[in-house]
Amino acid sequence: MTQRQDLPQFEDHSKQEHRYTTCYMCACRCGIKVTVEDEKIRFVQGNPDHPVNKGVLCAKGNSAIMKQLSPAKLTQPMLRKPGTERGAGEFEPISWDAALDMLTARLANIRATDPKKLAYFTGRDQMQALTGLWASQFGTINWAAHGGFCSVNMAAAGLYTMGHSFWEFGDPDWENTKYFMMWGVAEDHASNPIKLGLKRIKERGAKFVAVNPVRTGYQAIADEWISITPGTDGMFALSMVQVLLREGLIDDEFLIRYTNAPQLVINNPGKQGDGLLLRDAEGNPQIWDQHTSGVQSALSPDVAPALLGEYEAPCGTPVRTAFSILMEKYMAPEYAPEAAAQVCGISADDIQRIALEMAHVAFKETITIDTQWTDWAGREQSQFIGRPVSMHAMRGISAHSNGFQTCRAIHLLQVILGTIDCPGGHLAKPPFPKHIVPPIKPAKGNAPNTPLESAPLGFPTQPEDLVIDENGQPRRIDKAYSWDAPIANHGLMHMVISNAVAGDPYPIDTLMLFMANMAWNSSMNTAQTMDMLRAKDHNGDYKIPFIVTCDAFHSETVNFSDLVLPDTTFLERYDTISMLDRPISEIDAACDSIRQPILAIDRDVRSWQEVMVDLAGRLKFPAFTNDEGQPKYQDYKDFIVNFERAPGIGFLAGWRGKNGEKSLRGEPNPNQWQAYKDNQCFFKFDLEPNQKYMRHANKDYMELAKEAGWVGSTDQIVIELYSETLQKFRLAGQGLYDGPQPTQKHHQERLKTYFDPLPFYYAPLEQQRTDAKEYPFYAVNQRPMFMYHSWDSQNSWLRQIMSQNYLYMHRSKGEALGIKDFGWAWIESHNGRIRAQVKLMEGVNPETVWTWNAIGKQQGAWGLSDDANESQQGFLMNHLINELLPGENEAGGQRMTNSDPITGQAAWYDLRVKITPVSDNDDELAGQNLSWPRFDKVKPLPNFTPATKMSSYSSHPNINLSRGWRDIFSRGEK
Amino acid sequence: MKLGLVIDLDTCVGCHACGTACKQWNTSGTIGPLSDERPYEKDPSGSWLNRIRTYEVGDSPHSKTVNMPMSCMHCEDAACVTVCPTGASYKREEDGIVLIDQDKCMGCNLCSWACPYGARELDPNSGTMKKCTLCVDRIYDEQLPEAERQPACVLTCPTSSRVFGDFDDPDSQVSKLSRQRAGQQLMPELGYNPVNTYLPPRNPKQQDQIKVSAVQGIKQLVNRIINR
Repeated sequence: MTQRQDLPQFEDHSKQEHRYTTCYMCACRCGIKVTVEDEKIRFVQGNPDHPVNKGVLCAKGNSAIMKQLSPAKLTQPMLRKPGTERGAGEFEPISWDAALDMLTARLANIRATDPKKLAYFTGRDQMQALTGLWASQFGTINWAAHGGFCSVNMAAAGLYTMGHSFWEFGDPDWENTKYFMMWGVAEDHASNPIKLGLKRIKERGAKFVAVNPVRTGYQAIADEWISITPGTDGMFALSMVQVLLREGLIDDEFLIRYTNAPQLVINNPGKQGDGLLLRDAEGNPQIWDQHTSGVQSALSPDVAPALLGEYEAPCGTPVRTAFSILMEKYMAPEYAPEAAAQVCGISADDIQRIALEMAHVAFKETITIDTQWTDWAGREQSQFIGRPVSMHAMRGISAHSNGFQTCRAIHLLQVILGTIDCPGGHLAKPPFPKHIVPPIKPAKGNAPNTPLESAPLGFPTQPEDLVIDENGQPRRIDKAYSWDAPIANHGLMHMVISNAVAGDPYPIDTLMLFMANMAWNSSMNTAQTMDMLRAKDHNGDYKIPFIVTCDAFHSETVNFSDLVLPDTTFLERYDTISMLDRPISEIDAACDSIRQPILAIDRDVRSWQEVMVDLAGRLKFPAFTNDEGQPKYQDYKDFIVNFERAPGIGFLAGWRGKNGEKSLRGEPNPNQWQAYKDNQCFFKFDLEPNQKYMRHANKDYMELAKEAGWVGSTDQIVIELYSETLQKFRLAGQGLYDGPQPTQKHHQERLKTYFDPLPFYYAPLEQQRTDAKEYPFYAVNQRPMFMYHSWDSQNSWLRQIMSQNYLYMHRSKGEALGIKDFGWAWIESHNGRIRAQVKLMEGVNPETVWTWNAIGKQQGAWGLSDDANESQQGFLMNHLINELLPGENEAGGQRMTNSDPITGQAAWYDLRVKITPVSDNDDELAGQNLSWPRFDKVKPLPNFTPATKMSSYSSHPNINLSRGWRDIFSRGEK
Repeated sequence: MKLGLVIDLDTCVGCHACGTACKQWNTSGTIGPLSDERPYEKDPSGSWLNRIRTYEVGDSPHSKTVNMPMSCMHCEDAACVTVCPTGASYKREEDGIVLIDQDKCMGCNLCSWACPYGARELDPNSGTMKKCTLCVDRIYDEQLPEAERQPACVLTCPTSSRVFGDFDDPDSQVSKLSRQRAGQQLMPELGYNPVNTYLPPRNPKQQDQIKVSAVQGIKQLVNRIINR
């Protein structure tokens, strides 16, 4: 549109500046362009050139101004006031110098004596490459980020099956897919990319099937909504696998060329080695070659492997193909659609139809892209064959104690249809795919003043890799990589406080938390967790002696801290979203990005990244100090640019080399940071057409990946439908493993039952131990698209969209129980009860109730007034969930962790509840619109300024459009 | 010109991005600030120019969830303008945008009572009426890059469910979409002739639209000679 003469000059742009950075209103990491004037934000918009969001922005990003203006921002370092109790919320300001001196002295002492006494756990951060390196240099094995209570099941299942995964390590091919199935996606994860993708597939007329007990958000626009019973997705997927096997609708060429389906498995039940792969002297897995009618290396290009069959190895060992075991397993009656229907609440007809629809699209609507490419064996290929069925799955799968095997079941479904990394299918995002699994083992021990020999987190492939002592007891405070949770790749953050307070496996000295709200919505069992944080031993000392919290905002956890280090907001800091961590890559490009300060810091806060680098210098970590023992890096930006993990490989992949001429690998470039700023704060390295698909077996791609340090070799990545890793652990449970084996019966039983080398369905652990008649409803949490966990109740715009959560249930069930819309009810689980207001709805599985996560807040926290809806009517479902499983004391008098028995993933969604309407007679809150439990009010922090009663934000005096009197009078005549 | 929006209810996921983008732009825009009362207290309430409502239509199992963003429809026969006693509310002849001159509005609320779409909100601080301007200060501002001369809600919508354009131009995208997708006016029976047009949700992809693969039978599953 051109400016009309009757319109005034709009706002004065001469005083405005555009600055680019990366959003952090959630974990999506969109590129943003921020218009600033007078050091105030005029406008935050999506960067149209950015690979992640392509110009769009969500409700959160559009409300960044109000996050920046939050009254909950911490303003200065604080110390718990001497003589006051932890949790009483009495703090006094302390200078940064004093705070860091105090912390350095304490940490130096721990490091010099017993480094594991520091437990360092971080929340939804995007800098695990730094915090993990820091922990490793400190020498503590007790480090992890929040993945263990978020979605480790998705990452682990993907990496142990196909070398990439859903969300951060892979995406549907939105441009080409013709059938898209979304499993258990609770509206965030990812935010804008999923929305952009859904638009594309709907534009193109692809079918969108949503599997979710709740029909909100994305589900609302699905062509078909599958209202599944929570926690039964594995059964649904495997029943569809049966349909496909029964009808012979599988991609046998894909299975033979790219997976271990034809590999020979030793068939010696009850004997050592049973279920392991047959291997030759060099350790190569074997197949039955139909050309030579004999056993050959599975890695040879010149063989025609049999997919099915039982054979005898040259040594006389009976063997059968992995696919034969798979056939036997999934053709069993328990996976028949009629049987699955009873479990999943989906009709047998629908299960069968959806399986056949996908097969039709995969095999009858195949697409091809004509491109010359070279396969893993060096053979020229002329096209990519695409089976355009794709999927995405997230927390609805991962937050169950059967989530790892369920996610593997979904991957199995994808793989037998041949839909992996092909046009229209599910595509990896660089630096993925990786070999199965990345060759990093978790560090096992630590020594004073010594960095760990390996990273704290890694990928076990056998019982020898566990982090246990000579008695088989856990070495880590969260018991990750113990027999409790052998493949706990992201740790078990939800167990740290509980274990540390119990001194099991040992007491710690200092708990350091970064942006994790462990005293509230990030812990199960919130009220008891608060008690644990306050718990003292018989000497009157705190069982967790010292708690350090770094956060930008006044969360509930700040209240339980001894030392509070205030972080900046994301608009005030340097940062990187690194290829060494979880980069922002797209399916066809390797991408990373930076954050730069958009606004000057106006209070006494420092970014945690800067503090980490500072502390690393003070503590004289080898990687952070020079030969004279002096700090090597001036600040975090200096570290980002100059640190090299391996020669030429650093945090940022773009503009490397002395003159910035190299991509992916090259020596540090002193001007790299400026180059990123000049390129709108991101780097995008496009793959060539011959590198975009079938990358697990694509030499053109693998050579690039090796050069970039993404993989260690150019060998083919063979998809592991059959997991020998899991079988090794199962053998250990059976007492048939030549190596470490558990001695306790409950560990043996868990390994035997759950470490099945092929995915299977089992009822979630809590549900196995809960009386379904007494607790008839499944209870789950969803996330609204306009809130990121607990972060956005402090945002005055977003809390106008929602300041109270309700318990949502199906109208028919509410009516049957005598609960009216907006009525109050008690919701009770094995762990306790809560009082909440109920909303009745149609679009929910009738056996399921749910609420929005983390809307409920503690009174006084997050800068909210005492009467805020979040603390008066809002509630957490966390009170109903225990970090320990209910029921029998199976572990020698102890209850087991409420987690996936394979990965240790927190099983948030296994909950069952009963619901009773509030009765005026027996309710202590009768007639009051209040949720329960209620907590003491959090006291205001020193120098806290309560927010004004009215907020009228504008970055400049508004320019009114005046209507002329002539217009008023002339128009009035009409 | 007849400027307005097309809103696609088939792809709106109810994410509220358009609502907050609007709030963000316009609080520093011609109509702003858009004030918020009790921003950190009980029942926070401010003036918004675009709100997203979510409805369930029908009873299960035949219910449907619909997300419905609502802002000023820029009606051709705008009752809000007719009733305005001061002349603050007006509809621009040249492009049909309905605006409020903040200097002339006395906050009498007549217009908001006249509007059947709930599109007008009294600012709790200024006491004047606020409503969607179609981002008149974006679409005509030649200082902005051309691609950004769009309403903030349209620029930001992650599912491109909002399209801005001239309904008088039969070749504009809004006109084409309205024709192709049977665009609907909201409550046309009231006679205000709203310009904004809603594209109804498409029928769910019918089961028989995707063929079910012909049954091949288990006997098909035999070893074939396939070279690695």
